[in-house]
Amino acid sequence: MTSGLLFALVGIALFGLGAAGVLLIGHLLRRILAFNLMGSGAFLVLVGLAQRNDVPDPVPQAMVLTGIVVAVAATALALALARRLQALTGRLDLPEDDDA
Amino acid sequence: MPEPAFDPLVWLILLPLAWATLAFVLGPGRGAWLAIPGLAAQVWLAIVLAAKVGAGGTAATHAAGGWGAPLGIDLAADGLSAAMLLLVQAVALLLALYARAYFKPGDAAGHYFWPLTGFLVAGLNALFLSADLFNLYVTLELVGLAAVALVASGGQAPQVAAALRYLFATLIGSGAYLLGVALIYGAYGTVSIATLMPLVDGDAPHLVWIAAGLMLVGLMLKTALFPFHYWLPPAHGGAPAPVSALLSALVVKASFYLILRLWLGPLQALLPAFAWLAAALGATAIFWGSWQAIRAVKLKRLIAYSTVAQLGYLFLIFPLLTVSQALQAGLMQVFAHGFAKAGMFVAAGVIIKASGHDTVAGLSGAVGRLPVTMFAFGLAGMTLMGLPPSAGFLAKWLLIDAALGQGYWFIAVVALAGGLLAAVYVFRVLRQAFLLAPEDYAVAAVPPALEWSAFALAAASVLLGFFALPLTELLNVG
Repeated sequence: MTSGLLFALVGIALFGLGAAGVLLIGHLLRRILAFNLMGSGAFLVLVGLAQRNDVPDPVPQAMVLTGIVVAVAATALALALARRLQALTGRLDLPEDDDA
Repeated sequence: MPEPAFDPLVWLILLPLAWATLAFVLGPGRGAWLAIPGLAAQVWLAIVLAAKVGAGGTAATHAAGGWGAPLGIDLAADGLSAAMLLLVQAVALLLALYARAYFKPGDAAGHYFWPLTGFLVAGLNALFLSADLFNLYVTLELVGLAAVALVASGGQAPQVAAALRYLFATLIGSGAYLLGVALIYGAYGTVSIATLMPLVDGDAPHLVWIAAGLMLVGLMLKTALFPFHYWLPPAHGGAPAPVSALLSALVVKASFYLILRLWLGPLQALLPAFAWLAAALGATAIFWGSWQAIRAVKLKRLIAYSTVAQLGYLFLIFPLLTVSQALQAGLMQVFAHGFAKAGMFVAAGVIIKASGHDTVAGLSGAVGRLPVTMFAFGLAGMTLMGLPPSAGFLAKWLLIDAALGQGYWFIAVVALAGGLLAAVYVFRVLRQAFLLAPEDYAVAAVPPALEWSAFALAAASVLLGFFALPLTELLNVG
């Protein structure tokens, strides 16, 4: 097994754990952390899988940098919304949608 | 070849970014006077681009900053992109005229409407012009983040909760798409759509199949296809009316466009394996969404569930894509629903603003007090039901034609049944609006700009049926 493949497999595992967290966890901060884990998993796959004979490929590294910027922006937005929700309701989980 | 400085491909992205940033700098609630001329110029640019692409018969391309792929970013517009760009600029301009009258000075819900709308439109335009899978991911996120912020603009707990629910859904969706892109890059060493086209074939490794599945599911989640629609009704139903209209008319179409782009482009050897799954989910969406719309208590919830149903039609085309009518049907449905749903949401916004009631039951007497608005609602409903001569009729007709031509009569049955169900929820609203008003029914005066922009959107969705030919001809450029 090459190190690239190992990175990719770990990345897929992290992505799965993170995605499960975003879907299943109720607490908003933990959900936001889970999203970051999920993103990191995808980045690891992107960088790891693209190595050929253990020579890194610079293009996916540039992509991951862009992806990190996107993830930071999304995290900031999620945190701002979570704080606002806590200020309004005193809770850090999503209320049930009153389907009316 | 025009001088790069005047290339509409670049200006369609740059212009909304510029006026959005300026609007943000100007401060809360300001910037309408930048946005409206900006959007008018963008409509002109989109027309120039569509004319150029249509006349040239080939896709227009631009290497941003003079750097070609793989180091730089390539922009490309074929007929499908040019058509989507036209739709976005036209609907956004009419919605901007509406929103300027809708948000009173000092209304907190409108504080950041103009910058966020500009960023949203810039993201959408960049998405339709992107020529590589990674750039498409970035633009998907730009659209998603701007849309989430717009959903939260009401600022109350239900809206913030809806925005967060939408944010997590959209992040999972684009995350799955990104993982798919990573796997494809790992397999082929490129993300350029044009380069991938000949590389991916039916014998692709399992890795690429998994990538295709992940991208498809992620984008279905972002398109709110049943059963991934759970985030849409609270987000679209709870936002201010101009925001609901932008989201329902344009944002969900962006991820649908991307599915179509992959389906017809780099993943054409793989994705057709999922065609019947997509169509089955689409058919379920039509029935489930319509049923929920028929039961809805609140007017905007009804319209939001109608979006869930109307998005289902878009997925019925996938098993039929071997004939050109199916793609034409898909595009007509995107246009018809884009204009009609924007018109319907803003008409509902006028009614709710004027009467203070947000339930269907509170509509009694609306026809007498707000005749233009209710007429707009009826016209939009006509398109959703698919009555001739509306664009919705044409979309259904092309779909049924394509289905019967290939012997899939059940798709035709689903399309017809969906039209009947749409009639049930549209007439539920109209019937209530024609009832006599209660004694204490007071209607505040609304600016004519509100009523007439709603009317323009709804009328466009009907009149579009007469301009279908140039649109469908545009699709042949690819």
